[in-house]
Amino acid sequence: MTDPALTDPALTDPALTDRATAWTPDQPIVAIKDVHKSFGDLEVLKGVSLEVRKGEVVCIIGPSGSGKSTLIRCINALTDIQGGSITVEGQEVHAKNLDKLALRKKVGMVFQQYNLFPHKTALQNVMMAPIKVLKEDRSEVEGRARALLRKVRLEGKEDSYPGELSGGQQQRVAIARSLAMRPDIMLFDEVTAALDPETVKEVLVTIKDLAREGMTCILVTHEMGFAREIADHIYFTDRGVIVEHGPPATFFDQASDPRTREFLSQIL
Amino acid sequence: MASRRFPGVDAPLRTDLPVLKPYRLSGPVHDEMYLVRWIASAPPIYLALALALWPAAAWAQGGYGVVDGFEALARWVPFLVTEGFLFNVLISLFSMTIGTVAGLALGLAQISRNAALRGASWFVTQLFRNAPWLVLLFIVLLAFPFEIEIFGLLIPIPAWMKAVIGLSLPIMANISEIVRGAVNSVPSAQWEAAESLSFTRTQTLWQIVLPQCVKRMIPPWMNWYAILTMATPLCSLLGVGEIITLSRQAMEAENNQPELLLPFYGFALVLFFAYCYPIARLTIRLERRYSVKL
Ligand SMILES: Nc1ncnc2c1ncn2[C@@H]1O[C@H](COP(=O)(O)OP(=O)(O)OP(=O)(O)O)[C@@H](O)[C@H]1O
Ligand SMILES: [Mg+2]
Repeated sequence: MTDPALTDPALTDPALTDRATAWTPDQPIVAIKDVHKSFGDLEVLKGVSLEVRKGEVVCIIGPSGSGKSTLIRCINALTDIQGGSITVEGQEVHAKNLDKLALRKKVGMVFQQYNLFPHKTALQNVMMAPIKVLKEDRSEVEGRARALLRKVRLEGKEDSYPGELSGGQQQRVAIARSLAMRPDIMLFDEVTAALDPETVKEVLVTIKDLAREGMTCILVTHEMGFAREIADHIYFTDRGVIVEHGPPATFFDQASDPRTREFLSQIL
Repeated sequence: MASRRFPGVDAPLRTDLPVLKPYRLSGPVHDEMYLVRWIASAPPIYLALALALWPAAAWAQGGYGVVDGFEALARWVPFLVTEGFLFNVLISLFSMTIGTVAGLALGLAQISRNAALRGASWFVTQLFRNAPWLVLLFIVLLAFPFEIEIFGLLIPIPAWMKAVIGLSLPIMANISEIVRGAVNSVPSAQWEAAESLSFTRTQTLWQIVLPQCVKRMIPPWMNWYAILTMATPLCSLLGVGEIITLSRQAMEAENNQPELLLPFYGFALVLFFAYCYPIARLTIRLERRYSVKL
């Protein structure tokens, strides 16, 4: 049974129709405006704004606890916000009548700790969401899942369980799992932070391939060399605000904000 | 420093700072799985020894009459096993089935997003988990009619059925806690990953979280089966014809000689132990296996 709302919400949901069709690819695919977020008394985001265009790669860097993860989790509505607005392809993420399924179909997310399903093989991990959530045809999904595992260079690991794979391999399965939902935007939250230095590279190569193919990517990362190489735009967050941003060349060499300069001098 | 001494300490002090020695528990840990841990910790040779020493102990006690006691037991063994012990096993299987199904439902209600349902199921769980089993048995015995009328047909409810229901109540409550605990033990990151892949809460629970829990739930579930089996003699108080009831009747038929007590009750004890021992060993093996992986 295929629910048409699952395949194209823009055509069926009247609440979304005007805004979703009003969006055109020359407008920002993700627009974050003056977002505020608190956990109890702790204000984690104090008015963050940023824009991402289709096909762009945006890196968010900044010290620990500055709210990077919180910001990126707001984009696919894993956390709610207290003020401001976030739109994805013109659709307000924090609207009351949000079709979460439609949103999360568009936005894939990869976590620092991989979070693969331990009781399923690599292939099953990749196939699960398209079959169970999108109710797509099993054999078609399987073909696509195998192709995705090939793409992340994991041919031959289809039948391995997550516990039998290295961290880098698990993370690439997690990337393939997200891609299986055919997202328009990928969110990466410090996806190499839990990896050995040797395996970091294989994951970065995978992300680089994706970026080159035109996938819109928002990455939180501590890999400055990588950010410099692939980012179109870099944002630096500190204590809940964006203190500096710009294309890599200007950002790394001509940062004007003292906090950014101090952070960069510690890392580079 | 060396001049100071603590009462009861002979060695010269090497420090005048207080030192906290690590605290060690001896013996099996006193947790939920205590019973099976204790049973399983008996080496198989003990079982053989117990079997051999039990008649010997009776011998040492009595002198005349003990041989007759065991002879009497030998006559009754087929009856006691087929009419008595098998009935205990049957009661335990029925109670476990009912208790497991009801406990699963109650446990899922405990993690429901509906606060009223969550509260109510929590209350029911705590109530039946902490009530003495015998009290539950008597409440069921007295609260249920001895027959019910369906479409003009009088259907009697035998005491053993009430016993099954009475015993399944604490099992239900404990399975409910096992389910709740197992679901909570799955890291929240799994829920998040599923959510980011558009799974709904129900889909996540049934397709991602519960399948991961099954392995974790099996050892405590088997533990409760062992406890339940050991508790089935409680039913003799309801007049159910299980092994203890039948042993008493058999002893009566043998004129209630005191020499009969040790052979007959000892036989029941050995039967229960022999039945639960392999279950306990398997439970502990599974627990070790599953606690490593996953
Ligand atoms: N669920 C939560 N409840 C309460 N406080 C939270 C929660 N999640 C995050 N925080 C707090 O919000 C602040 C920002 O956290 P966040 O994880 O966004 O930082 P981060 O920039 O990603 O840091 P890191 O580089 O260490 O990952 C921290 O002070 C953190 O303690
Ligand atoms: Mg973070």
